[in-house]
Amino acid sequence: MAAFSVARRSRGLINGLKVSFRSSGQLKHGAVAAPLLQTSLHRDSRWYSAGHLSVKERIEAKRRAALAGGGQARIDAQHKRGKLTARERIDLLLDTDSFVETDMFVEHRCSDFGMEQDKNKVTHLPEVIFYFFNIIFCLCLFCFSQDFTVFGGSLSGAHAQKICKIMDQAMKVGAPVIGLNDSGGARIQEGVESLAGYADIFLRNVMASGVIPQISLIMGPCAGGAVYSPALTDFTFMVKDTSYLFITGPDVVKSVTNEDVTQEELGGAKTHTSVSGVAHHAFENDVDALLNLREFFTFLPLSNQDPAPIRECHDPSDRLVRSLETIVPLESTKAYDMLEIIKAIVDEKDFFEIMPNYAKNIVVGFARMNGRTVGIVGNQPKVASGCLDINSSVKGARFVRFCDAFNIPIITFVDVPGFLPGTAQEYGGIIRHGAKLLFAFAEATVPKITIITRKAYGGAYDVMSSKHLRGDVNYAWPTAEVAVMGAKGAVQIIFRGKDNQAEAEAEYVEKFANPFPAAVRGFVDDIIEPSTTRKLICSNLEVLARKKQVNPWKKHANIPL
Amino acid sequence: PPNIMVGETLNLVKNVLVKLMINLLICFSSQTFDKILIANRGEIACRVIKTCKKMGIQTVAVHSDVDSSAVHVKMADEAVCVGSAPTSKSYLNMDAIMDAIRVTGAQAVHPGYGFLSENKDFAKRLAAEGVTFIGPDTHAILAMGDKIESKLIAKAAKVNTIPGFDGVVKTAEEAVKIAQDIGYPVMIKASAGGGGKGMRIAWNDEETREGFRFSSQEAESSFGDDRLLIEKYIDNPRHIEIQVLADKHGNALWLNERECSIQRRNQKVVEEAPSTFLDQDTRQAMGEQAVQLAKAVQYSSAGTVEFLVDSKKNFYFLEMNTRLQVEHPITECITGLDLVEQMIRVAKGYRLQHKQEDIPINGWAIESRIYAEDPYKSFGLPSIGRLSEYQEPLNLKNVSVRVDSGIEEGSDISIYYDPMISKLVTYGATRGEALARMEDALDNYVIRGVTHNISLLREIITHPRFISGDISTNFLPEVYPDGFKGHQLEAGKRRELLASAAALYVTVQLRSQKVLSPTPVERSHWELCVQLGEGCYAVEVVKSGNVYNVEVDGGTVEVSGQWNLASPLLPLSINGTQRMLQVNANTYTHNLGFFGLGTTPSTLLFLAAQLNSYMPEKVPEDTSSILRSPMPGTVVAMSVKPGDTVAEGQEICVIEAMKMQNSLTAVKQAKVKSVQCKPGETVGEGDLLVELE
Repeated sequence: MAAFSVARRSRGLINGLKVSFRSSGQLKHGAVAAPLLQTSLHRDSRWYSAGHLSVKERIEAKRRAALAGGGQARIDAQHKRGKLTARERIDLLLDTDSFVETDMFVEHRCSDFGMEQDKNKVTHLPEVIFYFFNIIFCLCLFCFSQDFTVFGGSLSGAHAQKICKIMDQAMKVGAPVIGLNDSGGARIQEGVESLAGYADIFLRNVMASGVIPQISLIMGPCAGGAVYSPALTDFTFMVKDTSYLFITGPDVVKSVTNEDVTQEELGGAKTHTSVSGVAHHAFENDVDALLNLREFFTFLPLSNQDPAPIRECHDPSDRLVRSLETIVPLESTKAYDMLEIIKAIVDEKDFFEIMPNYAKNIVVGFARMNGRTVGIVGNQPKVASGCLDINSSVKGARFVRFCDAFNIPIITFVDVPGFLPGTAQEYGGIIRHGAKLLFAFAEATVPKITIITRKAYGGAYDVMSSKHLRGDVNYAWPTAEVAVMGAKGAVQIIFRGKDNQAEAEAEYVEKFANPFPAAVRGFVDDIIEPSTTRKLICSNLEVLARKKQVNPWKKHANIPL
Repeated sequence: PPNIMVGETLNLVKNVLVKLMINLLICFSSQTFDKILIANRGEIACRVIKTCKKMGIQTVAVHSDVDSSAVHVKMADEAVCVGSAPTSKSYLNMDAIMDAIRVTGAQAVHPGYGFLSENKDFAKRLAAEGVTFIGPDTHAILAMGDKIESKLIAKAAKVNTIPGFDGVVKTAEEAVKIAQDIGYPVMIKASAGGGGKGMRIAWNDEETREGFRFSSQEAESSFGDDRLLIEKYIDNPRHIEIQVLADKHGNALWLNERECSIQRRNQKVVEEAPSTFLDQDTRQAMGEQAVQLAKAVQYSSAGTVEFLVDSKKNFYFLEMNTRLQVEHPITECITGLDLVEQMIRVAKGYRLQHKQEDIPINGWAIESRIYAEDPYKSFGLPSIGRLSEYQEPLNLKNVSVRVDSGIEEGSDISIYYDPMISKLVTYGATRGEALARMEDALDNYVIRGVTHNISLLREIITHPRFISGDISTNFLPEVYPDGFKGHQLEAGKRRELLASAAALYVTVQLRSQKVLSPTPVERSHWELCVQLGEGCYAVEVVKSGNVYNVEVDGGTVEVSGQWNLASPLLPLSINGTQRMLQVNANTYTHNLGFFGLGTTPSTLLFLAAQLNSYMPEKVPEDTSSILRSPMPGTVVAMSVKPGDTVAEGQEICVIEAMKMQNSLTAVKQAKVKSVQCKPGETVGEGDLLVELE
């Protein structure tokens, strides 16, 4: 462990001295560090002709202090909480030896309330270059990691300034930003300067939205105004049991509404991934979260100027998926698991589901088809028959818009009996929330492929990336039923008060409970054997990669929020 | 003269025509039926259909509603739905099956095994409608179907029978008295029951009472006949059976033996033919007695006479199965006969084509029964699910591997039917060859979506005791007294596994770089940590091309392969030895199948592994106060109610799954806090049944 930490420290030293990316990328721990350090300093010595030694000593002293963070006692405390330090997290998230830290010398500027004597302790927000893929293509990212061991990670003006700086850099280069959040909130001692800092970050979050992917990983408390930065980013991930997101903590809640609630219940990972829908995924612990984040990152393009990434693929694009022939049960009332269809079709069963525990009646997530990243949207018949309700519409809409913003093709699997009826839904505004999903699909200009596996009823049929909303390729399985509603309901309306309902129902089923009515009108392009679905999607994506579609000029659209 | 010539020519033509007619007649005479209905499902239905196709016979499948897209339905020329999922509503539903016969005009019915195969009423009803039952006549089914009567007949036919007492038992106390008379241990089972199902062994009075209760319940629910049989239990026996084949003209053959000693809970797991244990004299004696019995009941069709054989090669008649056995393929392998074809011929009334001296023992055949069950729970508790991925060892099929299955990728294994996935049969000139092929075939068998017993099968066929032929029906409990724990990897193999996991991790990581650019900068030196079970091993990997040199656990391992990350099979060359691994990957933990083991080595960078030590341990649920269903099934009895105090080992409830009743007991003395299910309810695996305080 000792040797290990020395190695890490010397690496920090090198990085701090701004060695070029390339050479630091190939560096191997402490062994090579010493000679390089000397040459750098030798070069520096020309700049500081006199007294450079004392400056050098000061530099080193500052670095040591910076690397020590809040000190061993606080680091131990952090570990005891089951959390890693800011630097350890960066080490795990990024490729070995691949990051370059910036602003190590920045200090906070507050001298009130006894903050002065702590002045040497600064928050560490290392700017990081992450060349996980390949430096030739400049596949890099910017990352900040809040250090809870320094003033509880509270946000000072200087702290905010560092975050803003790397966000500006990221925008200039066109590379994603990952934030590892672990902060007690605003630095109260700094007052309005801290608030201004938040606002500066918010503004950058908004400006970067849709330009570069932004990901927040909440790894500790994140309360008050601070929560709005993750909320503005594209994806918010949390760590189970050790991370919290809330506007006001349990104490304030108690004093205002007299509710007794724990931190975990109020804003823990479980709450936000299953009840509120604020967070997109929860991971077991820091290590699990960071390793999964690496995997997640491989799905994303660097910016809206880049195409969806294509990774080397070992799964044959023309693989027939025989198991799909029997997946849809014969009884249309019986459920099945849409995830099984998705996993069987995508490359290597690798599906990164977004919000797996929230609004489970719709499934969204990333996968690859013949190596190319795609966004998958599917109704989930297993939960609430796969109907669309407020939460699932909003979940789906936000995902579709992310894909569209970042050139990721969308594949939609449809088995939807309609929108969920009832006062709860109507009072909650299902009309305007459902409209979001409709809006998102209609607006999207990326390649859109739709497969109707079974039911596509009513307005929900239109919404789910139908031909009418510029679906590029729309397929139906032989089990598909495209109709205004189920046979029983339809017959009750058409033949209200008549006796021969059973007969009429049979006729309706014969006429509409199959893919033909849609196919003869060209609303679906073909009725396909389920086993050929993967093959067809892959070949269509190949062609659609050339698709160019532009919406009419507008300042921005007015999505029904 | 020309007239004579013409006459001769005519004669010649006439002769040729006559010969042709005779030939045609011979051909015609080997014709059997136009259409056969198969009153079964799964692998055996498919098996019968295959032979029918070969013989040019049209086939009719029957199926329950949940089976409507099953393989046997797809294979048959016609299919008729005979009811809903429960077997009593469909595959045992004689009315519906009779209707199906009438509608389709089938001339004969092959019943397979199980279901209606030994049901005399069914055979009678068929006879009444002039439909041929492909099996023995009703009187033979009747005579052999009853355990007690069959023994009397066997005795009369001079067949060795088990010492002990035969009788109908009415009460628990009567059962105890009979057991005491015979002397413990005794075996209790339903008279009408087939195979080992419902068979219980009692070593004392208490167990006799319990066995009586269970067996009579099971007899009642499964057969509608609560009669029981109690007899002397032979310790350390082998289960060896003789295949017989008889026609309707008084001819009968014995087609050698099958060794079926490897059993769990009296159900066969691995069978082979011939047996390593029998010498030619014993084989002949057993064969002749089997034929005597067949003749005594005027048996026709294929049948099996089961014997228990003790260590001194004394053999005792156990029972006769008047149907095609599950394990018939191994007999087909060594004799070259198609038993289904023979059954169909015999049913049509043909004489046997062979004489006893024509029946060879060619080579060796082994059968492994692949079940959807968890071998780590009492050698196999049923598991259900959908076969999300399924690949039979096709690549080996050319080298004497036969897979009899009735499922395919995407099929459901449901709680309604037997959880058998397939019968994997390998054949070789010698036993060693057949065993080596079996090992290969098991390693190449891909089954995902349900838990399966391949790990157990692989352990059995590679166990020194099995290889040496030192087996008995107690093999499993003797070899694994504390239950099956999976293959125990010795240091060398563990090193191989760790090295493979590390090499796979590096391959996956490097592949993630292969985005857009075809030639990324590859890191060739990796310091990793592989977590396997409780152990954590530091690993150093040096990669050059497709070859990985892995330093691990005090040794160096060279791993190379094609590294197809999409395939479930990962053939690797490890230190020059070819090994087949199975892969089920997610991000950094891989499920690696190695020696039949489902291992989950988790590979991390050395740094990540170090930091992992700071991560809090998630507290697992205290399971001693919670009773969860170990398998999916139906609750048939709930013996406690909230507030009751249960003693350790006391029965709490009984779950029935796949026709088997399983008693769940309390692991500690406690008060019952709540009961979460009621009798008749269907429960899934892991569902909460009862909470204790």
